[in-house]
Amino acid sequence: MMYLRLFFEFFRAGLFAVGGGLATIPFLTDIGQRTGWFTSADLTNMIAVSESTPGPMGVNMATYVGYTVGGVPGSVIATLGLIAPSILIILAVGAFLNKFRNNPTVEAVFYGLRPASTGLIAAAGWGVVCIALITPQWSVSGRNLLVNLDANWMGLLLALAVLICTRLPKLKDLHPVVWIALSAVVGIALGL
Amino acid sequence: MNIYLDLFLTFARTGACTFGGGYAMLPILQREVVNKRHWSTDEELADYYAIGQCTPGVIAVNTATFVGMKQAGTLGGVIATLGVVFPSVLIITVIAAFLRNFAHIPAVAHAFGGIRACVCVLILNAVLKLRKSSVIDPPTAVICVATFLLSTLFKVSPALIVVAAGVLGFLLRRNGKEAGKK
Repeated sequence: MMYLRLFFEFFRAGLFAVGGGLATIPFLTDIGQRTGWFTSADLTNMIAVSESTPGPMGVNMATYVGYTVGGVPGSVIATLGLIAPSILIILAVGAFLNKFRNNPTVEAVFYGLRPASTGLIAAAGWGVVCIALITPQWSVSGRNLLVNLDANWMGLLLALAVLICTRLPKLKDLHPVVWIALSAVVGIALGL
Repeated sequence: MNIYLDLFLTFARTGACTFGGGYAMLPILQREVVNKRHWSTDEELADYYAIGQCTPGVIAVNTATFVGMKQAGTLGGVIATLGVVFPSVLIITVIAAFLRNFAHIPAVAHAFGGIRACVCVLILNAVLKLRKSSVIDPPTAVICVATFLLSTLFKVSPALIVVAAGVLGFLLRRNGKEAGKK
């Protein structure tokens, strides 16, 4: 019975959280408050773990909450609940797209969607930059705009090194995980 | 190799290499799905991400379903999706069971300081690659820059931006074609 409820709660989060993993956080807060399965302090810890492990954040959090509530079966059931609405909706959208792929109207819509998608991904990347490398702060004093950059210089240096390395002809075809692993080692060595 | 097994393993590998959310998966997908397997083009990945922005659910899962479905139908979509979440379920269950303070271990925190710096650059590289197929003329350049600014400075909802950009694309292309006819 609890497993059914677990599935249903995460199905709902998966159905209504639009815009990626971070959008599931308010739903998880709500689940915690209504069911008493976990406290908001537990949730903070789960978010920290989800951010520090590979995989999509929403999925990581569902697995963690599921395990906390109902052990290994709970982690699987919560994850399946979260992804079930996605799968159903995308299968429907995909079937539609396959049928109308070459329709001029659909093509025209994608002509506008693609650059927006690129811009949104760039914006998400900028979000990571703000967390990891620099913290821009604006303040207005009289007629002057003061911009204060609180920079993580070691991090910036590492980012610059990765930027240069991924452009070297011999190295640019390496799997991205190679750079991730090396950066993790550098992070531990330098205490980033 | 069996296509279903190949889908599962490729997406499991992609899931295991993704640090920092669905967007950080893009460089891995470009490598695994576009360059190595030729299951999709950079252009199609941009489409999937755009749709993933305005449909519910985790973007990584949405993209996996799309690619899997394109390769091997409904079952392919389901299997690719199970593949992408498989490493998460495994790793998180182990951590939840044995390493309650995982995120507070100093080495883990420092490693992620390094990984975050790296992921910034990987996302930048992925965006520069996507730009080639998505920003093809002045109007698309305006849409791309406007989206970035609206999202970062004014925190406009991605779903709203995607819908507006779709409508704009429709209007631009339709009027462009009519102008061409004259």
